[in-house]
Amino acid sequence: MHRHHRSLLAAAVVLPLALSACGGASGGDDAEEFEAEPGALQIYSSQHRNVTQAWAEAFTEATGIETQVREGQDSSMGHMIVEEGDASPADVFLTENSPAMTVVERAGLLAPVAEGTAAQVRDGMAPSSGLWTSVAARSTVLVYNTDLIDEDELPASLMDLADPEWDGRWGAAPGGADFQAIVAGMVADQGEEATSAWLDGLAENAEVYQNNIATMNAVNAGEVPVGIMYHYYWYRDQAADKEGSANTALHYFGGEDPGAFVSLSAGGVLASSDMADEAQQFLAYVTSPEGQQVLVESGSMEYAVGVDVASDPALPTLEELEAPPVDPFTLDSDQVVDLMTDAGIL
Amino acid sequence: MPASSRTRAAATAASGARVATGTRGVAVARRGIGAGTRGVVAAATAVTALTVLPLLVVLADASSAGLAEAADFLLRPRVGELLGSTGALVAVTVPATLVLGTLAAWVVERTALPWPGLWRTLLLAPLAVPAFVSAYAWVTVAPWLDGLAGAALVTTLAYYPFVFLPVAALLRALDPSDEEVARSLGLSPAAAVVRTVLPRLLPALTGGALLVTLHLLAEYGVLEMMRFQTFTTAIMQRYAVGFADSTGSLLASVLLTLCLLALTLEVVARGRRRVARVGSGAQRPAPRAALGAWTVPVLAGLVAVVALALVVPVGTVGRWLLRALAEPDASSAGLVQVTVATIGLALLGGLAAIVAALPGAWLVNRYRTTLAVLLERATYLASALPGVVVGLALVTIAVDWARPVYQTTWLTVLAYAILFLPRAMVSLRAGLAAAPPELSESARSLGLRGPATLVRVVLPLMAPSVLTGFVLVTLAVSTELTATLLLAPTGTDTLALAFWRETSELDYAAAAPYAAVMIALSVPLTLLLRRHVLEER
Repeated sequence: MHRHHRSLLAAAVVLPLALSACGGASGGDDAEEFEAEPGALQIYSSQHRNVTQAWAEAFTEATGIETQVREGQDSSMGHMIVEEGDASPADVFLTENSPAMTVVERAGLLAPVAEGTAAQVRDGMAPSSGLWTSVAARSTVLVYNTDLIDEDELPASLMDLADPEWDGRWGAAPGGADFQAIVAGMVADQGEEATSAWLDGLAENAEVYQNNIATMNAVNAGEVPVGIMYHYYWYRDQAADKEGSANTALHYFGGEDPGAFVSLSAGGVLASSDMADEAQQFLAYVTSPEGQQVLVESGSMEYAVGVDVASDPALPTLEELEAPPVDPFTLDSDQVVDLMTDAGIL
Repeated sequence: MPASSRTRAAATAASGARVATGTRGVAVARRGIGAGTRGVVAAATAVTALTVLPLLVVLADASSAGLAEAADFLLRPRVGELLGSTGALVAVTVPATLVLGTLAAWVVERTALPWPGLWRTLLLAPLAVPAFVSAYAWVTVAPWLDGLAGAALVTTLAYYPFVFLPVAALLRALDPSDEEVARSLGLSPAAAVVRTVLPRLLPALTGGALLVTLHLLAEYGVLEMMRFQTFTTAIMQRYAVGFADSTGSLLASVLLTLCLLALTLEVVARGRRRVARVGSGAQRPAPRAALGAWTVPVLAGLVAVVALALVVPVGTVGRWLLRALAEPDASSAGLVQVTVATIGLALLGGLAAIVAALPGAWLVNRYRTTLAVLLERATYLASALPGVVVGLALVTIAVDWARPVYQTTWLTVLAYAILFLPRAMVSLRAGLAAAPPELSESARSLGLRGPATLVRVVLPLMAPSVLTGFVLVTLAVSTELTATLLLAPTGTDTLALAFWRETSELDYAAAAPYAAVMIALSVPLTLLLRRHVLEER
């Protein structure tokens, strides 16, 4: 019996060594996937995986430059880059929402975006600092369950959801960067006091979900009649099996309401990059008509931001959204987090 | 080591040696302790220092907030709510796992239950289902089940094996003669159990309760899916918003205090009683109580437990898996890569944790001094923190002071060792208890040197426990989520990361293959556990 134990123990000890030796020695395609490749362009991305991968693959095909993607979430990844400082392995940073990029920008870690790149995106969709550019955009929407509520019963403004009549009747994912970008837009548009009051209403009224998709599914399942989210989750589900959205429709607030906020996904090059040229090429590619077409065809249903590049035909145009006149480059996520903390949401 | 405790340690060892070999043993024992123990103390101290490092970063970060700001942040209703919800979860789940685990162990090991071997396997099997996979199953089967009820149900079903396993192992290993002696001296059957069996079970019960508590304090995936907010989910949220990081550390400090409380309670509850005996001797299996009219209710109860803890998760994963396979673009190329990476990390993590746990476990078992207990207990602290806190602390340390290890496998493995050390520690302590010092001393008195004693006497007796600890850590690593996310080398993807990614998008079918592989990987490990803990005694 003891011999048996010993042989098992020996196996337990030897196996990891043997495995790691295999990993080191084989050097095949599989092994490469699991190690940082020193020669590859390091892309830190909190964008959706399929979008980033589509861009990275198309870029490598077009230029021959190898890439490697590290995935994360908006704010924590921005924070991580700041933590890493000048020694960050990242060459490029792609975000879902612009406030995460602003964090890196304020830490002084971004290199100016090459001139040609900014000219490729629409007016007003790259900051005047020239330190990053938008690469995609998404719109705030209200999703509602068509069995539970009629279109004419919907709130006229996002601000109305703080009223007592909406107690327990709407869902949102306030813990996520998406929602916090919406609130940042509200602060810029409505001021701190109004936003703070609205957040108190949220803490009182809203059902909290893990993320946009969970919010949409809850509305679809009738847990709450309406929910606040970004548009593309709904279009993606509609284009697929409609499992999470069959009973729902979208309502666009429009009219420059805080609920019509359009959030920019950002791209920037790190000043500390040791592959600055390649990094600039990547950003230029992503914003080029070709790169923007990759975005549209990836099925992500996000808005293209390139000049003269049409987004998916199922979407209303960016102009039709009647977004509030908010300068996306001053959005302050720190302030939002403070306000949400005060409201007891975080 | 303080002089008084050294004397006590020497005296303990010496008296043991005398029992075994007569007076000559005393001198041998004294000589053996000096050098060897100093080495072990140094090793244990080094391990403890390493595990405490993330805590220091957290505390330093928290104190950077300043007293006024800290008070402002901590003394608000939201933190009170979190305290209440975290406490409620622990208050419901820990007793539930203790009752469920102990009752299940008792009927399987000590009653004339039909097919005990089958039940033993089935009751342990939930260990092979990661808690967040179980939560995923429950969310899709019963979407209405959330909040405290959902969180308590899923965590109880996922964690009761932590109690069942050690209790069942002890019940099997216990010599029934103690109980019989107690009966012959006039005690009722119940009183005999209370006086002879319960004290032996106490370490398993308190150890199990501690493991469950620490897991609950650090649990993230299950609670996120069940929409139940505790300190850990709130910390994750703070780190997700990322910028005001000292607030995350403040929350983590509160969590740390809760963990300290749990550790202290366990020390008090465990007591100082010595439960080993010299030599395994020849013992017959304990007699099994007849169930009689209870057979059907007991069987029904076991069926219910297995159905809820095993059939629901595995069945649900299977259902989604069928759907995933039916989809035309299903591909397995990524799955294989991810699996290989996960296995590699898990084995390395298991090895690292066992090696790191050995010195501390040995010290605390052989010399139960204040220092030894402190060294051991301190290693539990970091594990109560969510992986993301330890992960971020290690990122800070690596970025500032140890740049070359940043985003390497080594740092990731270190995080695993820190996070899962208690699993190895608990198992090793049980193993060392089975290899009492008297045996080592007799071996030495018969002429074996220290290392030879270790190899020929202690290790063979400990082997099952070492393997158990290794398996427990490996299981934990293969489903670890948040530390992996932060620390793993760019390009490394694991089953847990891929599963969580798909689940977060509510793409249950796409998540199913990863869940299925996690379960499949855990099955052989769980069977191994069953064999070593519950059969070879």
